[in-house]
Amino acid sequence: MVIILGIESTAHTFGVGIVKDEAPYIVADVRENYVPEKGGIHPREAALFFMDKAPHAIVKALNNSSLSMESINAIAVALGPGLGPCLRVGATIARALATYFNKPLVPVNHAVAHIEVGKLITNAKDPLVVYLSGGNTLIAALISGRYRIFGETLDIALGNFMDTFVREVGLAPPYIVNGIHQLDRCAEKGKRILNLPYVVKGQDVSFSGLLTAALRMYREGKADLEDICYTVREIAYSAIVEVTERGLAHTGKNEVLVVGGVAASKYLREKFELMTKSRNCELYVVPPKYAVDNGVMIAWTGLLNFKHGIVVKPEEAYVRQRWRLDQVDIPWSR
Amino acid sequence: MSGRGGDLIKSIYPGLDRLGRVIYVGAEAALILGEFLGIRAIYKIRLPKPYRDPNLDLLVRSSRTKTEAKIMLFVRSLGVNVPTILLVDLDLALIVMEYIEGLLLRDLLSNLSPNLTCKLIRNVGSQVAKMHKAGVVHGDLTTSNMIYSNGRIYIVDFGLAKMSKSLEDRGVDVHLFLRSLESVHFNLKDLLFNCFIEGYENVLGSKAKEEILAKIHEIRLRGRYVEERRLKKRNYHSLVGSCED
Repeated sequence: MVIILGIESTAHTFGVGIVKDEAPYIVADVRENYVPEKGGIHPREAALFFMDKAPHAIVKALNNSSLSMESINAIAVALGPGLGPCLRVGATIARALATYFNKPLVPVNHAVAHIEVGKLITNAKDPLVVYLSGGNTLIAALISGRYRIFGETLDIALGNFMDTFVREVGLAPPYIVNGIHQLDRCAEKGKRILNLPYVVKGQDVSFSGLLTAALRMYREGKADLEDICYTVREIAYSAIVEVTERGLAHTGKNEVLVVGGVAASKYLREKFELMTKSRNCELYVVPPKYAVDNGVMIAWTGLLNFKHGIVVKPEEAYVRQRWRLDQVDIPWSR
Repeated sequence: MSGRGGDLIKSIYPGLDRLGRVIYVGAEAALILGEFLGIRAIYKIRLPKPYRDPNLDLLVRSSRTKTEAKIMLFVRSLGVNVPTILLVDLDLALIVMEYIEGLLLRDLLSNLSPNLTCKLIRNVGSQVAKMHKAGVVHGDLTTSNMIYSNGRIYIVDFGLAKMSKSLEDRGVDVHLFLRSLESVHFNLKDLLFNCFIEGYENVLGSKAKEEILAKIHEIRLRGRYVEERRLKKRNYHSLVGSCED
């Protein structure tokens, strides 16, 4: 049996997960979430928060699993992509653990981890992956050894777009209340489609023009906020689903796997359901608990990596803030 | 894929399949080969999407249909070979156009002599340059979107076309076409590349040629086209060194 301890610290969550290579796989899952008092994530504040919480989180994960460090086979850590100061906390701790306890250190790409834990939880086999979060908006599929990107945002990510919009119109923070994003909440009362730009360029989406136009419309007071929210939501979600449909037509895949923090929206899910049904495809949406950042996904992907001999010397385990999904070899694809 | 889409069309547009034979269903539109006023015609219809708000859906489909039809008419006036438009119905998101009977350039290329291939590609280069000169980019220039008929190359599918003078958009246009050539004619790619650029230069001149070549080079150095990026990184490394690979 192989047991891996994984550390996540790419953005707002310091997570420690412990997994093993047989059911039920997940043996510990500890998360510490940094919540900014106002505005968005301040990288330095988040890093300080992580430093404060990290030792306790690791001890708690070991205690919850009733395992000692001796029985852990390797330490996995998310080295990117993410915010530099945050990444460095996790990397430093992982390097120290690996060196002190003489364990192999396994590098994990955060995006790959979202996908792989999604596949573990939903049982999707060979999906077209839609990765939607605060910092990422992309559509990818595993083809000859790598996740190839078929479409992505040309400017800002869907989550970032939604957060910025609700913040600028005074609806946030908090961005999410009872699991529902403020944009979805505000859009529930709207029903009119206003004249805002719907931008799909080939396989790619773009949200910056929509953001500017929607905020201008709000500031000029020319329309009800509810209707603006509704239009913004409809345009943003429809554009995502449209490029996903193009990705399906292009790759010939017949499963869609939605991963990442924004996957939780029920309105987005409805749209994906309608699209996949009309194309006779299966839809898998990672449940919110594992769609958001967590340590389990790092540990699980670390396990896959470790079994294929992917390790890194602690002195060479640099963080990589812009480590793209399509730069990572996926040896377990065949 | 076409089977799935075919059923979809029947369910959404009852009777539409009676117009003729569904010959292609993409993610966005379906093509039906039928007749219009006694002429063999293609019905291109943008399918409604069940996931879009109905008002938004109509807005998106009709505005894209309008743009496509306008651009087709415009480039035709520039002397670019495109199918004649017979009817446009924005409420149905429908364009009826002349059916061009011929061979896809993609299928034709592998059976021609390098000489003749070069001539055709040079002609494509000139037609693309005429569009670019007038501020139109096609958006999906591949050899599958070109039809050889009666000694002419017709350019079809203006679904992603737009008015743009930006060098970036023109660069992507040409880049996509060259990539589609590479995938069929890998061993002749350098020759054909030059043929295309010749035709392009004939219309737009040498300054525009240099600009577009530099842009294509830059586009190729970006993230997704890994091989050339590695080359660049090696040079970069030897100059300054970097801790990222």
